[in-house]
Amino acid sequence: MAKRIDVSDLDIFYGSFKAVEGVSMSIEPRAVTAFIGPSGCGKSTVLRTLNRMHEVIPGGRVEGKVLLDGQDLYAKDVDPVGVRRTVGMVFQRPNPFPTMTIRDNVAAGLKLNGVKNKARLDEVVEKSLKGANLWNEVKDRLDKPGAGLSGGQQQRLCIARAIAVEPQVLLMDEPCSALDPISTLAIEDLINELKERYTIVIVTHNMQQAARVSDQTAFFNLKATGQPGKLVELDSTSKIFNNPTEKATEDYISGRFG
Amino acid sequence: MTAITNGLPRDRMLSEPRDLDLRGKSGSRALKNSVATAVMWAAFAIAVIPLVWILLTVAVKGGHLILDSTWWTNSQQGITARREGGGAVHAIQGTLIQGLVTALISVPIGVLTAVYLVEYGRGRFARIVSFMVDILTGVPSIVAGLFIYAVFITTFGFTRAGIFVCLSLTLLMIPVVVRSTEEMLKLVPNELREAAYALGVPKWKTIFSVVLPTAFSGIITGVLLGLARVMGETAPLLILGPYTKAIATDLFGGNMATLPTMINQDRDQAVTLPAYDRIWAAALTLILLILLLNLLGRLAGRFSKV
Ligand SMILES: Nc1ncnc2c1ncn2[C@@H]1O[C@H](COP(=O)(O)OP(=O)(O)OP(=O)(O)O)[C@@H](O)[C@H]1O
Ligand SMILES: [Mg+2]
Repeated sequence: MAKRIDVSDLDIFYGSFKAVEGVSMSIEPRAVTAFIGPSGCGKSTVLRTLNRMHEVIPGGRVEGKVLLDGQDLYAKDVDPVGVRRTVGMVFQRPNPFPTMTIRDNVAAGLKLNGVKNKARLDEVVEKSLKGANLWNEVKDRLDKPGAGLSGGQQQRLCIARAIAVEPQVLLMDEPCSALDPISTLAIEDLINELKERYTIVIVTHNMQQAARVSDQTAFFNLKATGQPGKLVELDSTSKIFNNPTEKATEDYISGRFG
Repeated sequence: MTAITNGLPRDRMLSEPRDLDLRGKSGSRALKNSVATAVMWAAFAIAVIPLVWILLTVAVKGGHLILDSTWWTNSQQGITARREGGGAVHAIQGTLIQGLVTALISVPIGVLTAVYLVEYGRGRFARIVSFMVDILTGVPSIVAGLFIYAVFITTFGFTRAGIFVCLSLTLLMIPVVVRSTEEMLKLVPNELREAAYALGVPKWKTIFSVVLPTAFSGIITGVLLGLARVMGETAPLLILGPYTKAIATDLFGGNMATLPTMINQDRDQAVTLPAYDRIWAAALTLILLILLLNLLGRLAGRFSKV
């Protein structure tokens, strides 16, 4: 059920400001693709176009094509709400719903879309929490508020919430940047397990993390502030980290960035 | 060595900061401080003394009546200004009923308007709506009363009734509810909306299932404070809600008592008459009622999730 994503000639705008220009790439199914690059080069922006979250921002608009298994996400008759059910997302800061219990947080995607069957919901909650490696820590307090968990637990709760609706692609925007090393490792292990079933795209500022978890790495860069960001190169992670084609990539990875 | 001193000359690192003296205050600064403190305390006293004085007067003059249980069980039916006794239950009921109905009309309109302004409103129409709410905020209560009078009594020929009081109070309450709800909705982090969108939840569902519940207790606080404000209104009641001494609960016909109109009723009686005490007691009851609403509002605010 994991799907491949093909992006071609994508330009992304915030109002009249062109934030990203001319991105073309292929994201492999059942693999982890990491986006790396300096701050402000448009990694989050590109990520958010992959499930049509970009247009939620006033003035946000896109030119170009994003194909999910050959189907254009930006075709006229495509419903963005449906796209987001297929392509899930985990955010930089854990954002559980503060009014909901742990159980309801995980079930939120199904419940808010009209699933009422309690047995089915309970089953999905357990499966998703197990999938997110959180079940053992919370199984006795499913009816406590989700906001009462630690930051790392909240982030895994958000991952559980995202996989509960069984998306085919999972986008993660710096999912570990607010977490301690142990929670980070837990989430990296989780990513490794999840990639058997999902296509995963992860944005990270942590080179070691990109090297550890990803199969492919995409390096983004921007020429100067105010200029649109660009995809410099996308290749297998070992190639990018050991023998990149572009000089800019090598400079960035070796820390000699100017 | 350089690693320890970090490149700084050694003597500069080790020298005492001699020119920095933290002991004592300079004289003029201390003086300014005491003057400013005195002025602030004086301003505070000027603001608070009348308030305390009013509360004390009302409590002293009306307190003994509201401590009597008949105050809360009897109406004024059959009691003249010269006779003691009777209660205010007719007026309390009227105020509560009219407040409740006013809230029932204002809250949905006000909350939905705020939802529109915060979640959907873009461009010119939203600006016009927002501007209208500003204008409504500034409408004096007597104008709201006269407006409803002009429309329903003069133009459509209805007779005065409780429901028209509610409509005029609605005009006063809607802007309060809109503004306070708007503030609460703006406090709900965008990340929560995005989290719901990313699960494939449509926008309207996100608003009703995530945004409004998150802001719920704050909205309740705003509603209760708005209600506290309109329940003490008098002008529209004088115009649209004729007083009666009997218990009356029909909003659509006949007279109906409220605490403000009860206070107004006997106010020109000689100060020695028992009715005079009842004015103070009714005023005290109204103050307590509104205080209670305010406290409930603050309490609801404690449970805020944003
Ligand atoms: N909501 C927005 N409105 C306008 N411009 C935006 C908005 N969000 C981002 N941008 C601009 O788009 C460009 C790319 O931003 P983006 O957030 O995608 O960068 P990033 O690579 O994710 O950076 P970081 O590593 O700091 O997260 C930046 O120039 C940024 O200023
Ligand atoms: Mg980012």
